[in-house]
Amino acid sequence: MGRQVPLVDYLVLGEQPHLEANECTSCGARYFDRRNACASCGATSFHKAAITTEGELRAYTIVSMAAPGVPVPFVAAVIDCDGTSIRANIINTEPDPENVKLGMKVRLATYTVGTDDEGTEAIGFGFAPLEAPDGNR
Amino acid sequence: MATDDVWILGIHMTKFGKHPDLDTIDLAADAALNALGDGGVSMKDMGVVAAGNLMAANAGIGQQLQKQLGQTGVPVYNVANACATGATALRTAIMAIKAGECDMGLAVGVEKLSGAGLLGGGGMAKADKKVYEPRGRYGSVATIDGRIGTETMPGVFAQVGMEYGHKHGGATFELFARISEKNHAHSTLNPLATYSKKMSLEEIMGDVMIAYPNTRPMCSANCDGAAAAVVVSGSKLKTLDPTQRRRAVKVSASVLTTDPWEEACQVLPNVNTLTRNAADQAYEQSGVSPEDLDLVELHDCFATAELVHYDNLGLCAPGEAVPFFESGATWRDGQKPVNVSGGLESKGHPIAATGIANIWEVCHHLRGEAGDRQIEGATVGLAHVIGLGSACGVHILESAAA
Ligand SMILES: [Zn+2]
Repeated sequence: MGRQVPLVDYLVLGEQPHLEANECTSCGARYFDRRNACASCGATSFHKAAITTEGELRAYTIVSMAAPGVPVPFVAAVIDCDGTSIRANIINTEPDPENVKLGMKVRLATYTVGTDDEGTEAIGFGFAPLEAPDGNR
Repeated sequence: MATDDVWILGIHMTKFGKHPDLDTIDLAADAALNALGDGGVSMKDMGVVAAGNLMAANAGIGQQLQKQLGQTGVPVYNVANACATGATALRTAIMAIKAGECDMGLAVGVEKLSGAGLLGGGGMAKADKKVYEPRGRYGSVATIDGRIGTETMPGVFAQVGMEYGHKHGGATFELFARISEKNHAHSTLNPLATYSKKMSLEEIMGDVMIAYPNTRPMCSANCDGAAAAVVVSGSKLKTLDPTQRRRAVKVSASVLTTDPWEEACQVLPNVNTLTRNAADQAYEQSGVSPEDLDLVELHDCFATAELVHYDNLGLCAPGEAVPFFESGATWRDGQKPVNVSGGLESKGHPIAATGIANIWEVCHHLRGEAGDRQIEGATVGLAHVIGLGSACGVHILESAAA
């Protein structure tokens, strides 16, 4: 297998892929990119915090019209992972309101975004429903 | 007419729509000159000019406007604040008067936007050789718009409405479409609207889907337009003639807020808390309560947004926006008319003009000059805008007779 890189640096690959945030040491506020000081409390020290890979769908839209080069339709969503909100697509299900339900349980899943000219594979992430819409796991 | 009050003396909006033969300066100058004329004053009377334009924010629109209609050497503040740019320009002129720096000022908002297409979102430029290299704040190796959620405005505001529905129930695709049906129906009485065509629920729901549940007519219309206002101190207004005093509209509250930090606010923009904060401050400043409002122009950049702002502005009990809308309250013949101009979905949304155009609409009713769409006996109104980033402007206006 060739080299793999994550689509974004806050996606940690390996045996158990997960997302990682910069967490304020003082108040626990989480950020996916760097901060000079915490937007919530003003403290200046942060550490890495692993985010749980299961969550609940809190908001979504099905995007049918996007910028050139962005394949549509896709489901853009906000996932509540045990108190940490994540922006992600809902994947591995049909992009329609029958298959995407607010409040449904979802789990982080990874997929290949593409391969570059040097054979490096980019790995992206999304969240997939834990249960089929008819209730079968 | 207390001396420390600030009043709107003159105000104007251009027709919204396509203006292929007018550039940004032409539109701004049209709005400004007509606002000055409406107030019975000239550029020579202005102690400050605040000018808003978003798409060419580095162009110095205020100075260009002076060159177009009067260079008097007074200070110009060029402002850009997303969709709250117009409200920010107005508030800047109001602050200059409140600070005692001058007794009259001009605020202008202008945008050329027709044919601009979808706003927000986009990707990286393509290189000749594809080699994944982490770039930017997220160390991304490829475009993330579309792969990690959406950055398009219709998609962001769709999620805002869906989230409200998830919390409080009842917010279906059809309900959002009915909000749009109302605003399109209202627009038929507004000759300055970009679109003034009534649309049936079936037409709205059956139109091109942009970002579920927002179809095309449920999204604000990109268009060209400008709006301008002349503001005056209470003490100066006392010296003006009776017609000017009678038509003046009191700015009972002028508020601008941004997001206070909350969990998730940097993931999906939180348009709720800063609107609630702005509304609370505006009601406090003015002594007006939501029950007193005769009409409201709120920021329906998408049908999904209008619903949440019923709640955020305190027009209904918390969590009750769906039954409030279903009661018919927000139609022009209801107990709390909302967006009788047709709103951004039909009137149009030339970004920087919007935050003054909605104030023009309210003033028009408070002066009893709104013609066919006059809300009878209106004396108090509220105008709201919100720009992602975020910035929220709320103004409460009262007629001279109130
Ligand atoms: Zn903190």
